[in-house]
Amino acid sequence: MTGIEKLRPDLAVIARHVAPGSRVLDVGCGDGALMAALRSQDCDVRGIEIDGALVEQCVARGLSVVQGDADRDLAFYPDGGFDVAILSQTLQTAARPDRMLAELLRVGRRAFVSFPNFAYWRTRLALLTQGRMPVTRALPVSWYETTNIHHMTIKDFEVLAGDLGVKLRRRWYFTGDRRRGNGSANWRAENALYEIERN
Amino acid sequence: MPDAPQSLRLTTPLPLDSGGELAAPTIAYETYGELNADRSNAILICHALTGDQYVASTHPITGKPGWWARMVGPGKPIDTDRFHVICANVIGSCLGSTGPASVAPDGQPYALRFPVITVRDMVRALVGLLDGLGIERLYCAIGGSMGGMQALSLAANWPERAARFLLIATTARHSAQNIAFHEVGRQAIMADPRWNGGDYYAGEAPDAGLAVARMAAHITYLSEDGLTEKFGRRLQDRPDGTQGAKSFGFDADFQIESYLRYQGNGFTKRFDANSYLYITRAMDYFDLADEHGGRLTDAFAGTTARFCVVSFDSDWLYPTSESRHMVQALNAAGAPVSFVELSAPFGHDSFLLDVPALDRVVKGFLE
Repeated sequence: MTGIEKLRPDLAVIARHVAPGSRVLDVGCGDGALMAALRSQDCDVRGIEIDGALVEQCVARGLSVVQGDADRDLAFYPDGGFDVAILSQTLQTAARPDRMLAELLRVGRRAFVSFPNFAYWRTRLALLTQGRMPVTRALPVSWYETTNIHHMTIKDFEVLAGDLGVKLRRRWYFTGDRRRGNGSANWRAENALYEIERN
Repeated sequence: MPDAPQSLRLTTPLPLDSGGELAAPTIAYETYGELNADRSNAILICHALTGDQYVASTHPITGKPGWWARMVGPGKPIDTDRFHVICANVIGSCLGSTGPASVAPDGQPYALRFPVITVRDMVRALVGLLDGLGIERLYCAIGGSMGGMQALSLAANWPERAARFLLIATTARHSAQNIAFHEVGRQAIMADPRWNGGDYYAGEAPDAGLAVARMAAHITYLSEDGLTEKFGRRLQDRPDGTQGAKSFGFDADFQIESYLRYQGNGFTKRFDANSYLYITRAMDYFDLADEHGGRLTDAFAGTTARFCVVSFDSDWLYPTSESRHMVQALNAAGAPVSFVELSAPFGHDSFLLDVPALDRVVKGFLE
C-alpha cells in the first residue's frame, strides 16, 4: 500500500477500491501519484495528462503517460480496453462533461469520477452574500482564469448520470481532507467521488 | 573511452525488401560501457540520415565530439557506467558499413550497382549485428529522426528484440513534404556533372551538388524562430573589412547564406553523395502502416515492450501530429506508451541539442 496515506483523500479512496491487477486508465493523472500507488498494487496503469511538465515527471517515475487532451484523445483508446477509468477533479474542465462520461464508460467497464460540488454551503453563501463567483478553498481560482468551465453540483451529476443511463455504484463525500457522511451531501460536501458503471 | 573501430561481417547474405540481397555486408559499429554477464544491459542507438556510429566518441574525419556526446557517457542520461551502448553505421552509409562506395565482389566500387535499400533492410542488418554480438534482447532501442524510424521498424518486425523503444522527433511515414525536400537534394547531386551517373569514385566527387543537398536539408532541421534569432537579416563582414555592407553581387552577403555554405562544404568532407541518394530514398519509402496492411496499429499488435515517444513543438519536419499518430496506434494496440511534446526552439535538431527536459525524459524512461 505504498504511499496511499499520502494521497489526496479522493485518490486514496480510489486506490483502496481498485482491485489489484486491474487495467486502469487515469485521465488527467497529474504528477502520477495515484498511478504510482496503483502500480504498487500490480495494476497495469496508463495515464493522460495535458500539462507537459507533469507528463515529464510521470515519465521520469517510469509511468506510461501520454500528453494529450482528454476531450479529444480519449476517442483513440479502444472500447473496453480498461477495467477501470479514473477522472479525478477533471470533469468540470471538460468541453462536454456528458460526452466525457460516456467516453469513460466506453474505454473502461467502470469509472471513478470526482469533482468539486458547487452547491457546497460555503460556495452558496459566498455567492449569496457577495454576489460574485466564489473563490473558496476547493475553488481557489478567479472565474476568468479557472480551467473549471462547467461547474456542477452533486445533484446535477446524479441527474446527468440518470439521463445517460449510468449506474451509480458507490459514492463518497469529502469536506477538506475528511470523509463525511452522505446526509445532505449536496449542502455539506465540498467534493464528491462516485464509482459508476454502464447499466 | 571506446574501443578501436569495430566491424562485423555478416556470414550470410542479407535479404532485401527489393527482392535482392547483399552478400555478406560489413557492419561498422562502436560500443561504450561494459556488457553485463547476462547480456541484459545493452542499448542500441540508431543514427539519423547523416549520422554515424560515433555517437559518443571523436569523429575520425572531422575530429569533432560524438554527435550525441551530451546524452551518452558516464553519468549522462544514457549512462555508460550502467549500460552497454551499441551504435552501428547503417548499410548504405559511408563510415565503414557496406554502401555504394564500398568495393563490390568484382573489385570496383558498387556505385549505383548497390541495391536500393529500405529502413527495414537497415534494421535487418542491425539484427544481424545483434545476433553476431550475442545480444538477444536489448534493454532499449533508441533513435531520433531516421534513427527513430529504425527503432520503430525493429519494434514492428522484431518486437522480441527490445524491452523498450524510445522514439524521438520521428515519424511512422514520410510525408509528401518530406519526400519533396529529399528530391530537391537528390536532384542537386544528380545535376552536378561530376556525379557522372554515380560513377565518380576514381575522380572528383560531386561535392557542389552534395553541398546544395545538405543546405536544403539543413533548413528543414531548424526552426524559423531559431534562424531569425541566430541570423536575422544580419550581413557578413566583407573581405575588405567593411561591416554590414551589401555586395550588390552574389557573394554570401547574409550571415545565413554564409552559415549554409559552411554547413554544405563541411558535409562533403565526411559524406558520400551516393550514400545520400540511397539513404534519402530509404527514408522516402518508409511507411510502417503500409508494410502492415495499411493500419499502423497492426504493426504493433501483440507487442509487450514499453514505448516512449517524444516530439518538439518547433519541429516542422516531423511535427507533433506525426508522433500523436504513432501514439494513437500504440494505444489502440494496447501497448504501454508515454508521449510528451517538449518545448524547444531549435526545430527538428532539438533532439541533438541542449534540451534539459529531454535529458530528464530519457533518463526517467531508462530507469
